[in-house]
Amino acid sequence: MAAFSSRSCLQYLLHLAQDNLDFRLPEIKALLALRGKPFRPCENFREKSPFWCLDGLSEEDVHSIMARSVCAKSAFELWGHGQTHSELRTSLLNFPSEIMSPFMHKDSTYRINVYTFNKTLLFADRIKRIDALEYLPFEGRVSLKNPQHIFCLLEDYGTDPNNIPEDPNYIYFGRWIADGQRDLIRSHSVKNRHFIGNTSMDAGLSFIMANHARVKQDDLVFDPFVGTGSLLVACSHFGAYVCGTDIDYNTIHGKGRSSRKNQKWRGPDENIRANLRQYGAQKMYVDVMVSDASKPAWRDAALFDAIVTDPPYGIREATRRTGSHKDIAKPAEGVFEESHVPVSQAYHLSDIFTDLLNFSAHHLVMGGRLVYWLPVYRPEYCEEMVPLHPCLQLISNCEQTLSSHTSRRLITMEKIKEPEEFDSLAHLSDPRFSAYQGHNAFREKYFSGLNKKSTKENNKSDVSGD
Amino acid sequence: MKLLTHNMLTSHVKGVTKGYPLLIKATEVKVNEVEFNPQFVSRMIPKLEWGALVQAAEELGHRQDLPGELVQDYEKNEDFLKKVHRVLLEVEVIEGCLQCPESGREFPISKGIPNMLLNEDEV
Repeated sequence: MAAFSSRSCLQYLLHLAQDNLDFRLPEIKALLALRGKPFRPCENFREKSPFWCLDGLSEEDVHSIMARSVCAKSAFELWGHGQTHSELRTSLLNFPSEIMSPFMHKDSTYRINVYTFNKTLLFADRIKRIDALEYLPFEGRVSLKNPQHIFCLLEDYGTDPNNIPEDPNYIYFGRWIADGQRDLIRSHSVKNRHFIGNTSMDAGLSFIMANHARVKQDDLVFDPFVGTGSLLVACSHFGAYVCGTDIDYNTIHGKGRSSRKNQKWRGPDENIRANLRQYGAQKMYVDVMVSDASKPAWRDAALFDAIVTDPPYGIREATRRTGSHKDIAKPAEGVFEESHVPVSQAYHLSDIFTDLLNFSAHHLVMGGRLVYWLPVYRPEYCEEMVPLHPCLQLISNCEQTLSSHTSRRLITMEKIKEPEEFDSLAHLSDPRFSAYQGHNAFREKYFSGLNKKSTKENNKSDVSGD
Repeated sequence: MKLLTHNMLTSHVKGVTKGYPLLIKATEVKVNEVEFNPQFVSRMIPKLEWGALVQAAEELGHRQDLPGELVQDYEKNEDFLKKVHRVLLEVEVIEGCLQCPESGREFPISKGIPNMLLNEDEV
């Protein structure tokens, strides 16, 4: 066991939630990058484990990460660890007492928690574990209600719920530093949000997206498919000023049919601004506009620190853009109604991503990130299908399974180069886009798996109120 | 619509080459109080077209004493940053329209929300 010569050799233990496994490492890495720190796992690091040991961090770094992370449950200053309680004891007795003593002196109060992953422990066994730690030089008084210091004994019984070992695979002991932000999943739940739509992003994932995008205080963030603003809610919570556009007039204005079960029409307090106000983030609201993402109205400059979005897949919301259709009659001369939504044509899925990547290359600041969902037909997926752009570097690609044959992948890209004249055309001959070409190819595959009848195209919006 | 947004918008009508800045024809303007954040204002200033901001504030009659030229060392100049903050984030066009300076095409603003959609024959 290496001897610690100074506080900078301290290791920190993260206890992570066992959901969205793929999304955890990019989240923690992004949050570490905000602190200018690399991800340095200790030996025996296993990405799928709920316990990660990290090197090279300060206590302040850990507080900052935990103030943002939705994947991490708690963080501890690691004092000892081992495969058995005997090894743990040796490890703890080797830990420098000068680091321990400020938290154990006689005027302090403390509590020891016992946490067992993948096993339920009887109360009596918990007490036994705590009593077995009496070799530690605790001088303070135990206080269960409001201790100054909390310590935790964590036992890892593996990840197979059908095969729980008698003894733990690994044991850790540490001083509790901070909890993560998992409570945001409940406090910002879409269930209680003023304004929702059919495809509002669930709270947990929207915060993960904001973290993958490295959104930070005083950033300007844009969502070109803003819908009901779920992603703006998450980004504003982390201190960014937010704006968005959507082609659907009614969604932007908060009109039309409600997506709630027992409600027919949307009420007056249902719009994106109201959502931000609900969480005390109204001052972060810049603007929303009715606009076609394929024909952006922004001047050509690096305006946004991040672009965070969930483009339509053509399943629950239609993919649309403005453009003429030969068979559609034009509105009468001179008539231009305020709410007129110009005739829309199907927006081919491949074009959505082409446009999005190109838009991002032009409008992100250098080092700024694009985070978006890519729908995937699993039987045909391969990594080469992920759209690329010469100005954007692929950072991560995390899968969320939706069904046996479909999933979506959260793609994170970072701007590394300013666009030159021909960059926007470079990918057109790229075979990787063929998977998304063909009118609504993803929709066809999605529906052919579900219901053989509905392979005919449906141009009507799923959200009525047009 | 706030003037921060207006500063970043341009006319995207087909064939237009001088579509920036859009002219503002406002029938209703509101001034809201928004918490002053000097860091955010400082970060936005380099992204702005200063002349267009002053012109827009002037068009709305809310320029007050905003200088015609960008002040040097503005990061530490709280007075100046407060003036910029007011114009960027507190002045809002609620009703009116944005007009393409070249084609004359109008984009309506309703309840503070601009509608930038083009018609079938303009794309």
